[in-house]
Amino acid sequence: MATKFINITLKIWRQKNKESKGALETYPLNNVSTDSSFLEMLDQLNEQLIQEQKAPVAFDHDCREGICGMCSLYINGRAHGPDTGTTTCQLHMRKFNDGETIYVEPWRSKAFPIVKDLVVDRSAFDRIQQAGGFVSINTSGKTMDANAIPIPKEKADSAFEAAACIGCGACVAACKNSSAMLFVGAKVSQYALLPQGRVEAKERVLNMVRQMDEEGFGNCTNTGACEVECPKGISIENIARMNREFLFAAAKSEK
Amino acid sequence: MSIKTILNSSIIKKVWMALTGLFLCTFLVGHLAGNMQLILKTGEEGRRAFNEYAYFMGHNPFIKALSYITYFSIIFHAFQGFYLTYQNKKARPQGYAYSKPGANSSLPSRYMAILGTLILVFIVTHMANFWWKAKIKEDIPLHTFTVTVPNPMGGVSQKQELYYTHNMQLIPKSDEIVVKNHTDLYMANLNVKVAEGYKDLHTVVMDFFNPKKNDLALAFMLLYVFSMGALGFHLWHGFASGFQSLGINHKRYTPMIHGLGKLFAVIVPGLFALITVLIYLK
Repeated sequence: MATKFINITLKIWRQKNKESKGALETYPLNNVSTDSSFLEMLDQLNEQLIQEQKAPVAFDHDCREGICGMCSLYINGRAHGPDTGTTTCQLHMRKFNDGETIYVEPWRSKAFPIVKDLVVDRSAFDRIQQAGGFVSINTSGKTMDANAIPIPKEKADSAFEAAACIGCGACVAACKNSSAMLFVGAKVSQYALLPQGRVEAKERVLNMVRQMDEEGFGNCTNTGACEVECPKGISIENIARMNREFLFAAAKSEK
Repeated sequence: MSIKTILNSSIIKKVWMALTGLFLCTFLVGHLAGNMQLILKTGEEGRRAFNEYAYFMGHNPFIKALSYITYFSIIFHAFQGFYLTYQNKKARPQGYAYSKPGANSSLPSRYMAILGTLILVFIVTHMANFWWKAKIKEDIPLHTFTVTVPNPMGGVSQKQELYYTHNMQLIPKSDEIVVKNHTDLYMANLNVKVAEGYKDLHTVVMDFFNPKKNDLALAFMLLYVFSMGALGFHLWHGFASGFQSLGINHKRYTPMIHGLGKLFAVIVPGLFALITVLIYLK
């Protein structure tokens, strides 16, 4: 595919800090290579803004290869933009047309407060992880051979698919209720499916769900928007598994 | 985790919504089976079938228990639904300037609260139309019908009005029979209960949707059909959603549940609406 250059108009959410009231600002940007990624396009915009002595747009990014979960952005009405199964860093400008107006907004959720412009504070996810998203087994030194514990292939695959979650928060951003159930479902499932994780499975699901509720995420209404927008294709099967795990754990809980 | 935290958790709220919603689906099947009597049989036979069915529904202790669970489910499902919607709105205080929800979710799944509200308005109207008259006001006439008795002496035959009663007896309407407690037939002079009459709910329903007997028949028929549309869309998402909330998600069975849910969403409200239209056109 030959490289083309397009002219676009950006409507970007600008907000000084958490407390201030933000607004959409319009920025025309010319000569954008269709080979550039969406984030490279924003870099180009920021260079232009700096030359114009204006404050650059703040946005989250890190690895730029679709695995760290840092980039976010609600682009033209969809989490991580119009492509499915990709993060914003892997979205390319060839997906947009010459002359197009592109809306860029931060994730919108009470649990993800805006830090500045397009940067949101996703530490709510960290706190949910800290509430139980781990195994307490010491894995350093005297490590057992992984294959010493027999695990059916299907289970290992399902756990692996759930573990593909990068915690980007697209599920929350896309959900009309700002629910974090896909994220928590994936984290609960990746451990619940494996013998090493089963040991603490009951406590884990109860603690993670409690933390999720405390963070102020909305309730799941099974619209399925999250699994469509998830860059890693995490299935809502994991939400059903979390519901099951929670019900059994809650019924047996003695605390 | 304390029992209070568990009961207030988002997952338990979902489970309650699912249990009450799926129970109400079974209620719809029972209700529809009764309504089918309105169109499957005609004339006096149809009247008897429907009124007998209504009597059974009002007197069987098992059905009575189910009816209380139904009232509870409707109220709980509605209020929990409103509360969840309020919480969900609160979880996103500022919305997006530009959003394309159609790209990732079905329309009914996003409008469950509005569809549910329409259904609740319908249920209130529907109960005022029939349930209130039958259960609270108790002013429904008893099932009677007129037969022509030939005069054994020849000459003019006489018309005789008869009560149709629960022990299948036919009791002539006369001064010797009085009605007590809305449905009990008593011998006036002996003060002895002879039988129990059936409420003529069939005629109440038929007249309600009859444009010759009710000026608002057309408006109500349209409201009922419209509400069944809302119910259909609500079930289109809700039926399968209930199973997912209960944690039932299986590679083989979930596609079947989705298919069954869509069939249910079309057939059940469709038949309810069809019955209303057929009675109106009669």
